[in-house]
Amino acid sequence: MKPSRFEYVLPRSIEEAVAARVEYADTVVLSGGQSLVPTLNFRLSNPEAVIDLRLVPGLADVRVDGDWIHVGGRTRQRDLELDDAVHAANPLIRETLHHVAHPVIRNRGTVGGSIAHADPSAELPCLLLCLDGEVVAHGPGGARTIDAQDLFEFILSTTLEPDEILTEVRFPVLPERTGWCFTEFARRHGDFALAGVAATLTLAEDGTIAWGQLAACGVTTTPVRLVAVEDALLDGAADPSRIREIAQLAADVVTVPDDESCSSAYRRDLLVGLVERALRTSLQRATERATARTSREVTS
Amino acid sequence: MSRREAEQPEQADNAPPMVHTGARVRRNEDPRLLRGQGRYVDDIPLEGCVHGAFLRSTIARGRIVALDTTDAERVPGVLAVYTCDNIGGLDREMPLLIPHPCITHGRTQRPLARDDVYYVGQAIAFVVAVDRYVAEDAVSRISVDIEPLPVEVDMERAVEDGAPLVHPDVPGNIAASLVQHCGDADAAFERAEHHTKIRVQVDRSTGAPMECLATAARWDPVSGELVVWDGTQAPIGLRGALSSLFDLDEDKVRVIAPDVGGGFGPKIHFPYANEVLVPLAAMQLGRPVKYIEDRSENFVHMSHERTQIHEIELAATKDGEVIGLRDVFLHDTGSFIPYGIAVAQVASTAIAGPYRIPNIEVEFRCVYTPTVPVTPYRGCGRPQANFALERAMDQLAEELGIDRFEIRRRNLIADDEFPYKREGLIFADGLPVTYDSGQYGAALALLEKELDLPAFRAEQERARAEGRWLGLGLSFYVEGTGLGPYEGGRVRIHPITGKVYVNTGLTTQGQGHATSMAQLVADQLGVAVDDVIVVEGDTGVYDWGVATFASRAMVVSGSAIHKAAVKARERVLEIAANMLEVDPADIELKDGAAGVRGTATTIPLAAIATVSNPLRYAFNDAAQIATQFAPASKGDGPPLQGDSRPGIETEQFYSPPHATWAYGVHAAIVEVDPVSYDLQVKRYVIVHDCGKMINPMIVEGQIAGGVASGMGGAFYEKLEYEANGNLRNASFMEFLMPYATEVPHMEMHHLETPTPLNPIGAKGAGEAGTIPVAAVIASGIQDALAPEGIGPLWHVPLNPSVLHDAVREARSR
Amino acid sequence: MTSSTYRSPVNDDPTLDISLVVNGRPVEASVSPRLLLSDFLRHHLGLTGTHVGCEHGVCGACTVHIDGRAARSCLTLAVQLDGATVRTVEDLEGPDGSLSPVQEAFRDCHGLQCGFCTPGFLMSVTALLDEDPDVADASDTEIRERIAGNLCRCTGYQGIVAATRQAAETIRDAKEQADVPTRG
Ligand SMILES: Cc1cc2nc3c(=O)[nH]c(=O)nc-3n(C[C@H](O)[C@H](O)[C@H](O)COP(=O)(O)OP(=O)(O)OC[C@H]3O[C@@H](n4cnc5c(N)ncnc54)[C@H](O)[C@@H]3O)c2cc1C
Ligand code: FES
Ligand code: FES
Repeated sequence: MKPSRFEYVLPRSIEEAVAARVEYADTVVLSGGQSLVPTLNFRLSNPEAVIDLRLVPGLADVRVDGDWIHVGGRTRQRDLELDDAVHAANPLIRETLHHVAHPVIRNRGTVGGSIAHADPSAELPCLLLCLDGEVVAHGPGGARTIDAQDLFEFILSTTLEPDEILTEVRFPVLPERTGWCFTEFARRHGDFALAGVAATLTLAEDGTIAWGQLAACGVTTTPVRLVAVEDALLDGAADPSRIREIAQLAADVVTVPDDESCSSAYRRDLLVGLVERALRTSLQRATERATARTSREVTS
Repeated sequence: MSRREAEQPEQADNAPPMVHTGARVRRNEDPRLLRGQGRYVDDIPLEGCVHGAFLRSTIARGRIVALDTTDAERVPGVLAVYTCDNIGGLDREMPLLIPHPCITHGRTQRPLARDDVYYVGQAIAFVVAVDRYVAEDAVSRISVDIEPLPVEVDMERAVEDGAPLVHPDVPGNIAASLVQHCGDADAAFERAEHHTKIRVQVDRSTGAPMECLATAARWDPVSGELVVWDGTQAPIGLRGALSSLFDLDEDKVRVIAPDVGGGFGPKIHFPYANEVLVPLAAMQLGRPVKYIEDRSENFVHMSHERTQIHEIELAATKDGEVIGLRDVFLHDTGSFIPYGIAVAQVASTAIAGPYRIPNIEVEFRCVYTPTVPVTPYRGCGRPQANFALERAMDQLAEELGIDRFEIRRRNLIADDEFPYKREGLIFADGLPVTYDSGQYGAALALLEKELDLPAFRAEQERARAEGRWLGLGLSFYVEGTGLGPYEGGRVRIHPITGKVYVNTGLTTQGQGHATSMAQLVADQLGVAVDDVIVVEGDTGVYDWGVATFASRAMVVSGSAIHKAAVKARERVLEIAANMLEVDPADIELKDGAAGVRGTATTIPLAAIATVSNPLRYAFNDAAQIATQFAPASKGDGPPLQGDSRPGIETEQFYSPPHATWAYGVHAAIVEVDPVSYDLQVKRYVIVHDCGKMINPMIVEGQIAGGVASGMGGAFYEKLEYEANGNLRNASFMEFLMPYATEVPHMEMHHLETPTPLNPIGAKGAGEAGTIPVAAVIASGIQDALAPEGIGPLWHVPLNPSVLHDAVREARSR
Repeated sequence: MTSSTYRSPVNDDPTLDISLVVNGRPVEASVSPRLLLSDFLRHHLGLTGTHVGCEHGVCGACTVHIDGRAARSCLTLAVQLDGATVRTVEDLEGPDGSLSPVQEAFRDCHGLQCGFCTPGFLMSVTALLDEDPDVADASDTEIRERIAGNLCRCTGYQGIVAATRQAAETIRDAKEQADVPTRG
């Protein structure tokens, strides 16, 4: 389990990095290495060149700016997790990161690396999709923004071009009167999830559910928005007594076939259970936030 | 921890006080390992060392139609590429280590495949290069063309007519079959008021030691000595194999098992391909050679174990007394059977567990499948037998409406029935199963007490009222440990430092021999435990003995070392008495010195050891002190007379009359999550009896490690072969070995019923923890899900999906 | 402090020069880009205390500290470490050779058997306690979650959990002791 030979490219700017992407026929990007290096060690990937982003400036910057949280592609997952400003702006991020592998892996693994890797069971792509986030990619023609909705194509595959590099990930700030939840089930602590759900739920001024955003991982070839559930939440009539019923609507997104240790019937029921849990937690938190806000407004 | 002791055997008159034996002594080996100064094979610095890598088959069963190594040989940095065609006399089938008359079709593999491949992972070629990176480059340049042949990996289908054969000349894929009888099962079944039958299956797993296989070798052309460092449980055995394969005198082959990163059974098997090819390459290339197996290879190369399918049937009275047992099982031996029938034999003889069951018929067939060969892994057939028996006992209890504890209580062998013999069941030592001692009833009672059953039942009732799935599982097991034939122990007191050196032939892979064996010796000689240095696993130091397996190290080597220490003590007392001119009975050995009881006079052990060697030079303090006292031996004439020898060095052997049987009973309180169907073990309670515990801390460590592997086997770890013979989950990402989060906290309670079979009263403890866990967990989950009315949980490892599907099925009925 | 120079002695891969600090000592080396940090430490620097159990990031035996944080050396290329600081198990003991509180606790609590996983555990637990001394008050379940990420096949983790707690207590007590005089 040793990598085969490759050229090691250490660009000092994003332009140099993109140039290397173009120059070599078959390149991979080394961001945190926590998914890439195992595939090199197994010789599942034998690239001509490895482009290490570590000296490209600005790629690990994180800033909260108005409605958006800007996260440099090479930001370590652990740094984002520990960032209090980010947490204040959108607490779903930290909650999600706690489910990504173990702290030791998050110490090296990066946000952009996880999203570019696009493992269908991974939490961060699911988070991005749930929040309607976006990414910035640099290619030979310059930078472009890709909506999360348009990013994930298939297992380990995105709409990033082979000569592009993901440079930034943008998560929206959590709106007011909004609750959140990330929940998942993995066989062992820290493993990729058999199924996971990211959710936000926003209340109207009158305390009824205005809308919800939900995405799931581990259930199909990409992270997936739970559109049927979201539609049901839009009705306005989504009172808490109907949450269980609404959660059932998630079941149909599951396409992972039966395998020896996980039947698809199980995965469907698991997803439904997780959606229910995510909705209940989000609703409770939304209510808490709405009341906390109201009481703050009253006192001030 | 609680602890209850049975009567200790009478101490001999001048026996020393047991200060260290039985104490929780911190380990001698730890400081080194904690500092990163362990020396595992890959840590051994060898000047000019080169590295090996294998080309392995990616096809399960096939014919090699072309194999071309030319490109690989041209890779810069490659020193040699071996195939079956250029390894001379090594191109032969490796030995069948433990023959048995019931093996009608024994097959073993060659170090490198010739003509045919039999499993994914089988070695085809071996490359040696300047480093492992280049060696792997070269492996990828070997072109091999394998024509696939039909395969059947499902053991039950493999024995059917017309199934593809693993070995064309082995009909029905049956390597061996055996029927054993104890009493008269037919009559018992005839007479019984109730029969119950269950089919159970335990799936394939692997020992997964954290250190994979590893071999290094150096050939010294001047001395003609071959030194091999190997992560093995059996260095003496491997030396025998190497000297016979290479036709070298045994004294010219030295095999050293340095620090070994876990064994758990698979490292008892030898020789693996690397164990012969690395020495060959070292001799041919004149350079040290290393092969360090990587994890992806370990999954498809190192032996596996576990797959068995049992159909077990109990014959009972209405009151739940089990009077007969029939068990017919298939045992998957993989593509070869190099270790004989050990696993199946141990399973078959453990099948009646702690219960009286006087009438037994047990039959097994060992089946070839095109998969990695099977040899013992921690538990060695016992977890399967335990799972079969205990699932059947639970089912019987359910059918007869008897409580699960009660039905066991009614069948346990009583204290006064020991020794309890099962005539006709022949254990792995070639002798009829004979349980030597135990307090089975007391163990069960202690477990019940610790569990606080009434409180649990109340809690369970509340939980059920809330719709929660809470259950209790239990399993009682026995374990035949401490197999012969023998081990040796040598004790030597060093004349300069007074430190005590102890040697034995077997090896440690983490069991703490350097401490527990030292404790035995420290008590005899009145020295500190860390002044006893245990050196084992090096044939250049000590080469009488067998190996580490079958939970036998403390029982067999420990007994031998104890005997040697007793002799050393006698010798020290005799010499000290002569030196101090008192009666040996007045001498006390304490703090590394001999003193006269009631006086302040002492002589350090170093001085005694020095005097014991009629010497010429007073080269140090000890020697100078020595000259102040009377001589070591009485009388005139030459200092060494008759068969006396210089120095204090004793050697003793211990050969057990038969296996000694440890036992225990485990219970767990478990809860199943209604959404994820995940398992939560809320309490895990153990009552365990391995006779006299030399170091309870080490015993508890062995149990805990065993339970962790058992948890793997109960709920997480399963090697998944695809229909084409490919191993789907050959990585730690997908083979779910438990982290700390998947292993429960264990509450441990001990009984200590010493065995009468050896002088230290110890029984083995290494495998015990693993044996009952699958049955405990299945029993607990069955109880938890009882309100749903699910069918019997008959197949382990379980997983959340299986539980979900069982509940769904029950609800739709 | 002397700086040592190493050259990748092995194959004829093209090499790159790196300089880093390992266990407080500057190291200059010339290494193949594909060389894993684990192999660099073990075979080039002779720091064989760092073990390799899987080379795909799951077992944690290879855990070291990179720039003060625990990381898998098998998932890191040596060339990535140009300018970095690395700490391995060999650096845990005190200047006087005494075992660190974490090492001592592993010994007291029988947190190791074969010792193969041990250096990785020591590095993970040391990093954990550096970050969060409050582990002393954590529940058994929490401690298990904090040390999940390292595999041990021998101990069943019981001793490791106990050792983690003991070490946390020792470190916290030492901190409190040290704080006393300054307070008054
Ligand atoms: C033991 C273990 C457990 C894990 N468990 C989980 C888990 O539970 N959940 C989870 O989500 N992840 C898990 N991971 C994966 C981990 O989160 C990775 O860090 C992550 O998936 C990849 O991030 P990275 O920065 O390490 O990327 P790298 O490994 O550096 O790169 C991954 C891939 O993305 C490409 N890439 C990286 N950066 C860019 C870029 N900027 N532009 C274009 N392409 C790029 C690379 O070419 C490569 O193909 C686990 C990993 C390990 C080793
Ligand atoms: S060797 Fe690095 S995690 Fe296993
Ligand atoms: S002590 Fe052996 S693997 Fe942990």
